[in-house]
Amino acid sequence: MSEMLIRGADVLGQGRADLLIRDDVFADPSEADVSAEQIDADGLVALPGLVDLHSHLRQPGREDTETVASGTRAAARGGFTAVLAMANTDPVTDTAEAAEHVAQLGRRDGLAQVIPVGAVTKGLKGTELAELGLMARSAARVRVFSDDGHCVADARLMRRAMEYVRAFDGVIAQHAQDPRLAGPDACCHEGAISGRLGLPGWPSAAEATIVARDVQITSLTRSRLHVCHVSSAETVDVLRWAKARDIPVTAEVTPHHLLLTTDEVVSYDPTYKVNPPLRAAEDVAELRLALADGTIDVVATDHAPHARHDKEHAFAEAAFGMLGLETALAVVIETMINRGALDWATLAMRMSTVPAHIARLPDQGRQLMVGEPANVVLVDPGARAVVDANASASLSRNNPWHGRELPDPVVATFWLGRPTFRR
Amino acid sequence: MRHLLSAADLDLTSATELMDLAEEMSLLQGRPVKKLPALRGRTVVNLFFEDSTRTRSSFEIAGKWLSADVINVSAKGSSVSKGESLRDTVLTVAAMGVDALVIRHHASGAPRQATEWIDAHVLNAGDGTHEHPTQAMLDAFTLRRHFRKSEPGLADFAGKTIAIVGDVTHSRVARSNLLLLQTLGADVVLVAPPTLLPAGVETWPARVCTELDEVLPIVDAVMMLRVQRERMSGGYFPTPREYTIGYGLTWPRLQLLKPGAAICHPGPMNRGLEISAEAADAANSLILDQVAAGVAIRMSVLYSLLGGADDTPPPSAREGVAA
Amino acid sequence: MNDAAPEASRVVLDAEQIARVCARMAHQILEANRGAEGLVLLGIPTRGVVLAERLAKAMADVEGVSIPTGALDVTMYRDDLRTQPTRPVGHTHLPIGVDDAVVVLVDDVLFSGRTVRAALDSLGDLGRPRAVRLAVLIDRGHRELPIRADHVGKNLPTAADERVRVRLEEIDGVNEVTIVRDDSASSVAVRRG
Repeated sequence: MSEMLIRGADVLGQGRADLLIRDDVFADPSEADVSAEQIDADGLVALPGLVDLHSHLRQPGREDTETVASGTRAAARGGFTAVLAMANTDPVTDTAEAAEHVAQLGRRDGLAQVIPVGAVTKGLKGTELAELGLMARSAARVRVFSDDGHCVADARLMRRAMEYVRAFDGVIAQHAQDPRLAGPDACCHEGAISGRLGLPGWPSAAEATIVARDVQITSLTRSRLHVCHVSSAETVDVLRWAKARDIPVTAEVTPHHLLLTTDEVVSYDPTYKVNPPLRAAEDVAELRLALADGTIDVVATDHAPHARHDKEHAFAEAAFGMLGLETALAVVIETMINRGALDWATLAMRMSTVPAHIARLPDQGRQLMVGEPANVVLVDPGARAVVDANASASLSRNNPWHGRELPDPVVATFWLGRPTFRR
Repeated sequence: MRHLLSAADLDLTSATELMDLAEEMSLLQGRPVKKLPALRGRTVVNLFFEDSTRTRSSFEIAGKWLSADVINVSAKGSSVSKGESLRDTVLTVAAMGVDALVIRHHASGAPRQATEWIDAHVLNAGDGTHEHPTQAMLDAFTLRRHFRKSEPGLADFAGKTIAIVGDVTHSRVARSNLLLLQTLGADVVLVAPPTLLPAGVETWPARVCTELDEVLPIVDAVMMLRVQRERMSGGYFPTPREYTIGYGLTWPRLQLLKPGAAICHPGPMNRGLEISAEAADAANSLILDQVAAGVAIRMSVLYSLLGGADDTPPPSAREGVAA
Repeated sequence: MNDAAPEASRVVLDAEQIARVCARMAHQILEANRGAEGLVLLGIPTRGVVLAERLAKAMADVEGVSIPTGALDVTMYRDDLRTQPTRPVGHTHLPIGVDDAVVVLVDDVLFSGRTVRAALDSLGDLGRPRAVRLAVLIDRGHRELPIRADHVGKNLPTAADERVRVRLEEIDGVNEVTIVRDDSASSVAVRRG
């Protein structure tokens, strides 16, 4: 029996209390053993372990850029106790066997709970449904399905997928990018900057039109829709409209879309090349408002590690994506908590409870109360540091925050009682 | 001047100096010994990721007439498909001890990115749809000579109206020319169908018009841009004939031009599409003069970059992600 | 150029003296050449060009023929290009070809001889003169190369840290040659000659 007594943490910013971790659950602190290890959490905020609905762990296939081990180590540093691993691995996670393999890697190597996301279509090709039901029935119990990286562009296929997963309470997570409006060469936001720089971009309309279509399909099928990485104000408008009609759609925003704009690409630095792209200041402002009022339900990192040789190309030819697990909470604190747009309790909803609910994870995002699974992160709200990409636990270095001063919040992360990160 | 990446790198003074120097350099063409020793011992590499015999030879001659050692490296074909990063390609070439890299690339921004990785001077010879500063320089130089025929000693283009016509969205020549002509004080009008005007064009320092016939009578020069037939498959315009009837410099349109108005084209031309044979060969066509000016302008740019001390500290000790 | 009141400067040639010296040099050039045939005057910018024009006019007054006169910029042939940021290039104008001509290079001050060396190299790429002669307004000594002038307006022994300042009306508004003691660090950098 191992015990850890956390003394005097501010629990969700709602008042100080002691927390006793015994094995993998919370126990009554007054029953703490005298030999229990103690952590003085005076000045620290306790949050439920964060849950990332959208991460790329690259294993199997690109272990040179990230593995389940290194990715979850990065996740633990970022305060995450659960990570959903997107399906665009090599091979693609489009069968029960592939899903179980990823889940097994998680059990063996993970420093956080690893939940595989299943592809919607075979090979992510967008033409035939993958074995959604078998993946759901497998030991991996897949509930979230996504072709992320690609849009499920065929409306009929999207309808079928949504109807099909209703049988097992699955959710389709859409990467909203109309392939006709956003061509294969598009590499940034279409706007004044892309026009000046001579970079082919894609407009917000290519995202909003897919979301507008999909919320209709959601209403038609009475199934659940989740919109990945919302990047534009236009999409937020569609979400507001849909939620006003109680259409069961949820949406996520990445940390980078809460702070960075398309101005970053002026240097042609591929570190800032991401899909969907960084957009204008007006979009960032709208996304923050939407996250504050719940139109956007969760923050998800879209952690996308890339090898240097895949990034060090001309901007239009470089790989898309940025790291995000270690810095997500820091960016959300900077853009939302520190500006008074969110309080800790709501942050816990956006980054733990609601993602756990969307993914149907029974042990995550719970209250920090006796009897609940001990998934908790201790946060120092005032600590700050200059981000050093070279100190990252990720195997990759495509970090857009390098050299910036940001909060440095995570002091300790506990996954089912086990400390997965201590500063 | 450390690099020449964009026409915006030049202000009125430096642009004028470069054009004045090009006048001197152009005298070399008539001399028995086409050599000046100014860049002796300097090594210039033409690193071309995109074919261009004309521009490359122009840079090669320019460098050689200044006594530099000029090497041509063809890196055609996507570095992604060859498995070598752009950074590796650039570093490998620069590691040979090169003073200047003249880079042409099919992707916008590649020369700018290169400046982050190497100490050598970088000259943009055309990057994607972004810029082609030496083309803009030679266009401006050619125009200045033309204008000076009737206004000797003309210092800049204040009071001149110049139209740029055609596929502005995909034209690096258009972007560079707009910036430079603006610096020289000209009033620029962009003429194109709406599909060929770039996002954010309303923020550019130029007027925009979709009717060529309205613009031609008021301009002192018209620059026709090359339009690629492939743009039809992208839905930018329906047919070549519709493009020509709407935006081509046809023979009837020549009558709309003011007497003395110049006709320019960066080449290569699609005769019959964006420019008629009559316009290309008209008395006021400067197209051949543009070609002839290329070497002189590139000599003056190479001399500016390499003809003096390397005073700017190299960016070697750069903060960033460790190798 | 520092236009503050010159410290410790003395005038070595005033306007009248400059005119007389030029007239004498014009005669000397014609005498050495036995007339005007084949002569081409090339001034080295900036003030050498003005002097060349003055000499040409004086010679035309004497001989009754106009002497082809032009300018020869030598910037690109300098041996010290790399010591300073890129220098602007002046104008070269050859009134006629130099093949088989008697080229008289004209400059205001002869000092180290490096400018003339550059001019000779430049001339060599322009053609093959029958002869090249050098006419200078001031020879201030301190040669670093085996160069000597054929026609000298005035021999002026100077100290190395002194600066000879030639001002000509067409450019500077006055005709005057002065010597200035130059303690500034730039004295070495701007040294021509």
